[in-house]
Amino acid sequence: MVVPPDAELVARLRARDEATFALLLDEWSGGMTRLARTFVSTDASAAEVVQETWLAVIQGIDRFEQRSSVKTWVYRILTNIAKRRSVREHRITPMTSLTDAGPTVAPDRFQQQGEPYPGHWREFPEAWQPEKFAMAAEIHTELAAALAELPERQRAVITLRDVEGCTATEVCELLEISAANQRVLLHRARAFVRGKLEEYFRRAGS
Amino acid sequence: MTDLHCAEFVEMVTAFLDGALDPAAERRFVDHLALCDGCDAYLHQIRATVQTLGDLPPGDLPPETRATLLEAFRKLG
Repeated sequence: MVVPPDAELVARLRARDEATFALLLDEWSGGMTRLARTFVSTDASAAEVVQETWLAVIQGIDRFEQRSSVKTWVYRILTNIAKRRSVREHRITPMTSLTDAGPTVAPDRFQQQGEPYPGHWREFPEAWQPEKFAMAAEIHTELAAALAELPERQRAVITLRDVEGCTATEVCELLEISAANQRVLLHRARAFVRGKLEEYFRRAGS
Repeated sequence: MTDLHCAEFVEMVTAFLDGALDPAAERRFVDHLALCDGCDAYLHQIRATVQTLGDLPPGDLPPETRATLLEAFRKLG
């Protein structure tokens, strides 16, 4: 069973179709937990945020006005609950951080003044062949570790965009950031994760 | 040479993938891409990174939480 289009989804939930609700729980809770974890400091706390969100969804579905997609609505409820909780947990969410500036690829990867082609690759990045990704479980572990190392705002943006598949517009609305800011955070996060994958492939030996 | 430097190219990748470059910048980006195997590989690596992130398996809801929520849904009436 796949999640039906929004109009049907809302109708089924309002008709108290339990199978549809169970399906949503199974399809969306993983992503919601990951998103919650970017705001709160423990897995247990993230799980509570997800549970609280679903309870709010149950209570709100009859009043939901469908001005956004169902998923966006659910994610907004979640970010509000998670942010409130992160304030209680005294987590600081700086609006900018040092890691939001500067080059995303180590400058020594490029030729410097005095070399034949300043600003160009010293050594080309490796072409990643699909077979590199065969060890999916190991790569997933690497990715999860890389995401955990990111500053909070970068982690929230890349989780929403690349893990959850939200659009840029949705992410801006959810996190209340500008389009330009969203792109900077996403760019830095992707470059960081790419670098981690590159390190992993090097360690693993090509 | 009006060619983009590779060090500049790598900072434009996300804007390019989002279709957010202005037409002149996009042309310089694509022109550079056509000539530079290193940047072609870099762009491919970023695409592969994004795709692999999208393949991350979702975490499961703890069974007791799932049961609690289904119960709450059932009681909604």
